[in-house]
Amino acid sequence: MTTRVGIVGIGHTPFGRRSDATVQEIAFEAFRDALADAGIERDAVDASVIGSVPEYHKQRSMAGVIQEYLGLVPKPTWLTEVACASGSAAMRTAWLAIRGGVHDVVAVIGCQKMTELDTAEILALMGRVGEVQWESGFGTTFPGYYALFAQRHMHEYGTTREQMLDVAVKNHHYGALNPLAMFRKEITRAKAAASEAVAPPFQVYDCCANADGAACVILAGEKTARAISDRPVWLSGMGCATASMSVLRRPQLTGLPSAERAAAEAYAMAGITAKDVQVADVHDCFTIAEIMAYEDLGFCPRGEGGPFIEERRSYIGGSTPVNVDGGLKAKGHPIGATGVSMTHEIVKQLRGDAGERQVPGASVGLTHNVGGIGQYCFVQVLTRE
Amino acid sequence: MFKWFGLVSYTPHTKVAEFAEHLREGRLVGSRCTACGVTAFPPRADCAACMSPEFEYAEVSGRGTLHTFTTIVAAPAGFEHLAPYVLGLVDLEDGGRALAWIGKTVKPEEIAIGMPLQVVPRMLEESEAIRVYYSLERPGTTWPRTPPPQ
Repeated sequence: MTTRVGIVGIGHTPFGRRSDATVQEIAFEAFRDALADAGIERDAVDASVIGSVPEYHKQRSMAGVIQEYLGLVPKPTWLTEVACASGSAAMRTAWLAIRGGVHDVVAVIGCQKMTELDTAEILALMGRVGEVQWESGFGTTFPGYYALFAQRHMHEYGTTREQMLDVAVKNHHYGALNPLAMFRKEITRAKAAASEAVAPPFQVYDCCANADGAACVILAGEKTARAISDRPVWLSGMGCATASMSVLRRPQLTGLPSAERAAAEAYAMAGITAKDVQVADVHDCFTIAEIMAYEDLGFCPRGEGGPFIEERRSYIGGSTPVNVDGGLKAKGHPIGATGVSMTHEIVKQLRGDAGERQVPGASVGLTHNVGGIGQYCFVQVLTRE
Repeated sequence: MFKWFGLVSYTPHTKVAEFAEHLREGRLVGSRCTACGVTAFPPRADCAACMSPEFEYAEVSGRGTLHTFTTIVAAPAGFEHLAPYVLGLVDLEDGGRALAWIGKTVKPEEIAIGMPLQVVPRMLEESEAIRVYYSLERPGTTWPRTPPPQ
């Protein structure tokens, strides 16, 4: 019988600009904190999996360098890369390794250093975000793609600019309460509406920010998890799906079909429905992305994501609190770290350790980590006993 | 010569390289699988349905309707001088989609989801190297050898 997989330790650096450290030094901080949280020694770790996007780093094949700096040589390590979902992909491969009986205790480290690149390098990377054969030759950008989704969502469902900016207002509200967040200031809708245009309808406050940071979770098979921790959080549902990378071959642009499918898989595995989710961290790389996530995950019917935020149903006290850690928008988005950071937050929530932003009594949580413009999506259902 | 395609090309080699030569001659072509008849735009060499590697080019009308659009204000490398430019995604009446700049024959205030548009083969005239692309224009527009939208 395959084992359940539990989370026994978590660590997380502050997100933001780190002009004082290399990526392996940042990874070390999250790993050390996770070991301390688990109350185990480094020797207890059988393998590591690194979630990161290598083109942001000068160091090629970074997993080996991180493994060495963490002091885990000669244990196995490998890197997973699926754009902004690399962290959740790392967790999925660790989960598979434990389920398969190959490893028992695996450290998953999502990490990214995005602020070392100069403007020219950033602009060059930006130009290759889309499908390069048929789309990038026209100067597409990441906000540009999500703006195509937003315009269509507004057209089909009447979603408004105010509703989109309400997502930013909410996420900054919770970011202000999160000591690990990059932006710890409340904003008003008026301030967001006055920000510079990026790709209409988006303005600066619709977009998350590049950041540096790392997060770590330590996973273990059930027997070991119970021996290590008196309050493990279980990976009860693990969904993963893809969608066409190109918008030329994606029939509907008002949601992410990969997210819908990954959520259905995760709910079925966990034996729950969307209604059972008490707290969620979703991939709000742009404001419309959070609105589409409400719908893709079934927190509200298709097309009602706008009213869902307008009626404050994703605030604590609403039907499904979402991104009460500030989300990508206010916490920051060091892309490889983000998926692991989401799991870190849900573990804190399920342990009851989230302080001022605690969702009272939460025992079922969810993460939704998207790569690119939805070509990859990972959904986790996390539970406690 | 697929490297002709787009203002910036990241794709020197492809099995459908002739697409760019057709475009230079003013023809917009998709692919038709010679085994099962399935068509695709943009063209693909290996049939998505039956996996046959045998295909032929087939001209498409380029008529379509606007599915969605945006304006790129913050542009990537190689496009800074064009910004802001309007990107449109059209559903083609012959099947498939095209993503391209909305050209000067369409007034900015007229741009609306659902409007009819024509995918028109174009060449960058001011460029020393050959650069071909297509733009989204008012229906009936033929190949005006003019620069891309400013």
